[in-house]
Amino acid sequence: MHRRTFSRKYLGIPYAAFLLLFVAAPLIVLIYYAFTNGQGEFTVQNMTGFFSDPNTLGTLCYSFGVALVTTAVCLLLAYPLAYILATSRLKGKSVIVLIFIMPMWINFSLRITALKEILTWIEGNLAYHPFLNTVLGMSYDFLPFMILPIYTAISKLDGALLEAARDLGAGEAQAFLRVTLPLSLPGIMSGVSMVFLPAMTNYVVLDMLYNSTYIMGSLIGSYFAAYNWNGGSMIALILLGIICLFTLLTGGTDDENRRGGALL
Amino acid sequence: MEQTKNIIELKHITKTYEDGYSAVSDFNLEVKQGEFITFLGPSGCGKTTTLRMIAGFDIPTEGEILLNGKPITSLPPNKRPINTVFQRYALFPHMNIYENIAFGLRQKKTPEKVIAKKVKKVLELVDLEGFENRKIDTLSGGQQQRVAIARAVVNEPQILLLDEPLGALDLKMRKEMQLELKEMHRELGITFIYVTHDQEEALTMSDKIVVMSEGKMQQIGTPEDIYNEPINAFVADFIGDSNIFNGIMTGKLKVRFCGGEFACVDDIEEGTHITAVVRPEDVTLTRPEEGRIRGTVTSVIFKGIHYEITVESGKNEIVAQSVHSARVGDRVGVQVEPDNIHVMIAEDHTNIFAAEINKNYELEYNGTVLPVDLTNVIKGSVMSEDGTLLDAKGLEIDPKKVRIKISIKPQDIELTDDQEEGLVQGCISNLIYKGDHYSYVIHTDLEQDFVVNDEYLWNMEDQVGLIMPVEKMIFTVKK
Repeated sequence: MHRRTFSRKYLGIPYAAFLLLFVAAPLIVLIYYAFTNGQGEFTVQNMTGFFSDPNTLGTLCYSFGVALVTTAVCLLLAYPLAYILATSRLKGKSVIVLIFIMPMWINFSLRITALKEILTWIEGNLAYHPFLNTVLGMSYDFLPFMILPIYTAISKLDGALLEAARDLGAGEAQAFLRVTLPLSLPGIMSGVSMVFLPAMTNYVVLDMLYNSTYIMGSLIGSYFAAYNWNGGSMIALILLGIICLFTLLTGGTDDENRRGGALL
Repeated sequence: MEQTKNIIELKHITKTYEDGYSAVSDFNLEVKQGEFITFLGPSGCGKTTTLRMIAGFDIPTEGEILLNGKPITSLPPNKRPINTVFQRYALFPHMNIYENIAFGLRQKKTPEKVIAKKVKKVLELVDLEGFENRKIDTLSGGQQQRVAIARAVVNEPQILLLDEPLGALDLKMRKEMQLELKEMHRELGITFIYVTHDQEEALTMSDKIVVMSEGKMQQIGTPEDIYNEPINAFVADFIGDSNIFNGIMTGKLKVRFCGGEFACVDDIEEGTHITAVVRPEDVTLTRPEEGRIRGTVTSVIFKGIHYEITVESGKNEIVAQSVHSARVGDRVGVQVEPDNIHVMIAEDHTNIFAAEINKNYELEYNGTVLPVDLTNVIKGSVMSEDGTLLDAKGLEIDPKKVRIKISIKPQDIELTDDQEEGLVQGCISNLIYKGDHYSYVIHTDLEQDFVVNDEYLWNMEDQVGLIMPVEKMIFTVKK
């Protein structure tokens, strides 16, 4: 008989159980529902239904548009900011970074409600600009997710590389384009995937901004609300497929750049 | 008319940082076309800062840099026909070797065909043919170093700056690269400005060496000049092994140090405080009665082609190199040929003496424990729980193997009647009035000479104690 010794792998048991119960099991249920009809018989009707219905396809395209514009807005706002923060020699730099992360510590619905009040004050009736409001709300919500990985990527950049570029005849702009930008790309990718994917599905922002438009998330919600578990599951599954595809296309994300995100 | 013109001139260059720290002060240098010049000095001496100002990464706070006679002091680095090989290579990790080397040529809008040809040629020069498509992280340190050199020289710069380029390589690789760099310098005919803290590297490779310390140029000259005729104790100590003694001129071409009088070739006025430097290979060991001074052999180390023999005479240690061995405990005489004694006027004199570490890891001199914490003296060392001293690598420090050199300025020593109050006792063997103070030489009971500045008048042959405040001492570790 040998003594049982404590092994480090036992520490993984709680997480494995959690994974099994709340990720693997619901996924199996999801797949089951997606490929069956109300009577529990196998069918692909849910899938063909999704791709033949102009309404659902329209929602997909609209979600895509919202996510794309949101990501673009976040990137345009975040990159220059992250660059300035990472390259400045300010002493209280970490405090400034904190200021940009701080909104994350305030309850999300509280922040969106505040935004709603401001937008109502400016626009009068929020229903007039659904797309603009959605993008504004989401950009506001997801911006820190874009700033942090880019900031991390640029801060990690070895200053000697920029000096080398300057030394080899590159002006400041050339050094940025040929060294800083390509080397901060993993940070950009990380930020993009952290903004784009939730922007496809997060319908709470829309709802809270009294928005009548639908994105993928709200579509699924409406199916479930109507007790159409099968149709809703199929849409969720298709969305999952799209997200997987997208993640593959961006080449996954660099582990090190995730660390920036982990701060949140 | 000079045959070769100055390619670069540094005039009164000073670099002071915002916090008031001067990295380089009043630095003057002229470098001739095609020279291999080396900035040599300990870390923090300002050699890298000077190089960075030549490259354009730092702008001097004062002074002017001329390239071919034209001022380039505040020109950005990309506008200078100068390229740098960086200490840690700084290769672009997102580009392959071809793209790394082509970087500079692309900035000059060189046609792709010419780039391809030049990259191929320079890769041959650094012995990396066929490596074009390799990624940077698949290369060894030595190979990365070669790519860094190739990336710089492919631009055909007028000056190539090398910032401790071999620092990260192992010893064997470093020796090989030294020869290759020297060969490359001959082939390319470019002016090389090289930065290193390794005196052997500097002596091997350079046409001219600039020895730097604390932001100032100490000496400039050929490796032979620097080695044979060091201008001051710092240079002598930094370049090669040296015996350095405080002494005094006792007559025409006569000098006294270590308690003995020697003939020398430097004609310095009698009574002048001097620093005498003797290379270990110039020390001759004789029978006791034939030597100028006598001592006892305290250690003998076999070094391959010679023995390194340490002789103790009073409290002075003299290191000699000899092909003949000796036994520890032997009584020997020490003799030095007149032209092998390098005598320097000790204007900015510093008293240097050695202290020992006792069993309790305290610093001891002349039987007195100095109130200093050894962990502050030996960088990175810590006291372990079982009461032994560990160095930065966590290894136990052997108190017998480590000596601490103490430097103290003449004005920081105080003389006292009460001999017991002093750290060491001695008699005044020389005094000179220097306008506002007297400068004394005190010959101690340990056969060492100390130079002390004091405003009060003492008489020759007075017995005095020397008070040396610990906070004025500078400690250096000698293994």
